[in-house]
Amino acid sequence: MNLAPANDPILEIRHVSRTYKFNGGLMKPAHSVKALQDVSISIERGQTLGLVGESGCGKSTLASIMLGLNKPDSGEVLVDGKPVLSLGPLQRSQLIQPVFQDPYSSLNPAFSVYDTLMQPLRIHRSEAQDRPRRIMDMLDKVGFPRQLANARPGELSGGQCQRVAIARALILNPPLLICDEPTSALDVSVQAQVINLLLDLKREFGLSMVFISHNLAVVEHLADKVCVMYRGQIAEEASREALFANPQHAYTKELLSATLLPV
Amino acid sequence: MTTLNTPIAAITAISTEAAPRRPHWIKRCRQNSILIGGGILLLMTLVALCAPLLSSYDPTLQNLDARYSLPFWMEGTDPAHLLGTDHLGRDYLSRLIYGARISLGIGFSVVLVAALIGTSLGLLAGYFGGKVDMLISFLITTRLSLPIVLVALAAVALRGASLTTLVTVLGLLVWDQFAIVARSGTLAIRHQEYIRAARATGASHLRIMLREILPNLRSTLIVIATLEMANVILLESALSFLGLGVRPPTPSWGLMIAEGRDSILFDAWLIALPGGMLCLLVLAVNLFGDGLRDLTGTEVKR
Repeated sequence: MNLAPANDPILEIRHVSRTYKFNGGLMKPAHSVKALQDVSISIERGQTLGLVGESGCGKSTLASIMLGLNKPDSGEVLVDGKPVLSLGPLQRSQLIQPVFQDPYSSLNPAFSVYDTLMQPLRIHRSEAQDRPRRIMDMLDKVGFPRQLANARPGELSGGQCQRVAIARALILNPPLLICDEPTSALDVSVQAQVINLLLDLKREFGLSMVFISHNLAVVEHLADKVCVMYRGQIAEEASREALFANPQHAYTKELLSATLLPV
Repeated sequence: MTTLNTPIAAITAISTEAAPRRPHWIKRCRQNSILIGGGILLLMTLVALCAPLLSSYDPTLQNLDARYSLPFWMEGTDPAHLLGTDHLGRDYLSRLIYGARISLGIGFSVVLVAALIGTSLGLLAGYFGGKVDMLISFLITTRLSLPIVLVALAAVALRGASLTTLVTVLGLLVWDQFAIVARSGTLAIRHQEYIRAARATGASHLRIMLREILPNLRSTLIVIATLEMANVILLESALSFLGLGVRPPTPSWGLMIAEGRDSILFDAWLIALPGGMLCLLVLAVNLFGDGLRDLTGTEVKR
């Protein structure tokens, strides 16, 4: 993986559009919502892309499309140079993994932490004797106490759950991580811990990341490049320094001025 | 003023004292219902399993010399037959014990068949939604609109009565509760983020339904299973009573009630014994199911 040139894109989104159609009921007409309109983004290896925008601007739809869980109406997504929809589920999951917003609902309440991390290894038929060691190593790396490996998600705090979710995403060693607002449901102090953890892991594993958020301060801390989305379109795409120093688009300016800055 | 105040004080004193006392024994019963129900159920299952060891007579062996021998609490009882004999001189205790086998066996196997059908349909409907859900919801509604006893009667009359027919027909008729509960449970779960995460780790649809969703529905489905079982045991007896369930020489409680019908005025115990056993078993299963429901905290809508 390290043999590839540094500016080779790990993820390329090409002219993706997605419209949601709603069948009308008996008394209301059918209507449609354009969630994404001609969105193109590319992320280089090892880069972190911050994706910012208000609620309902298409961020999460874009995340599902990147993960291959949702089909775009037109356009395509290339992961590591291959169209994501042409990959089988096993190949795809080795390249790209998600971390979701709600730490509680992203872990199955019926499974212990250990079983949660065991699932991906079972699905990918990894070496059976190797599994316990890989799980424990991964728990160490995300800073989750080993002695809680048999706990159920209901017994854990939000931050701990999110660490487990990150461990599950990383246990297959994917080069690309899609974080869909991974900190917005957490306490402020825990947010910082999780963000620092993501930064450490990014360095350790050489990860590329898409970091979706509506918190500009977090994005400024993490991202190399920032895309601002507005109503299903990319309003502005710039490097972090350029965007925060000199926003071009009117919506970006509005967003920046609306942010509460840490004192 | 004091005369006005005292009665009020007395009333409040009474009401505060009386409030915790009244439901005390009810609460006690509720806590113990799982133990009482489970205990009776376990005892009956053991008796049914050990039937050949416990009964000293073949339940189908006729002895016309010893017809209508009376049970032990009546005068003129025959000590060889503890609970007397029926109109063909068959030992009633042995028939009751072997009858437990039929009731429990049919109860378990029908619920197994129904749970299998209902849970799979409910999972498919809830998980895939859309057209699949429409089709399966239609099936559920169709099933709910059929009167069980009537359809079972018709089916058994057409196919001829036998144990396998009975189990198949009842199994095909009582899956609706399982389907409804599995469907609504799956609907609530399928948009959770852990399902998306499982899809992202490459899990197949089948794996997600069986490994991710089903464990979360398990406790609810077990409660449904116990409550359905009581239902099925009663249905079997009703069908046997009507002569369309278990075939005659085989002892079934419903059949025994039917056979005792002719002598209801003179030998009421012939009906009271199997009827009482049936009552006890259904009560036990229901108590057990209710106890389980309270224990697991699952609410069953009926």
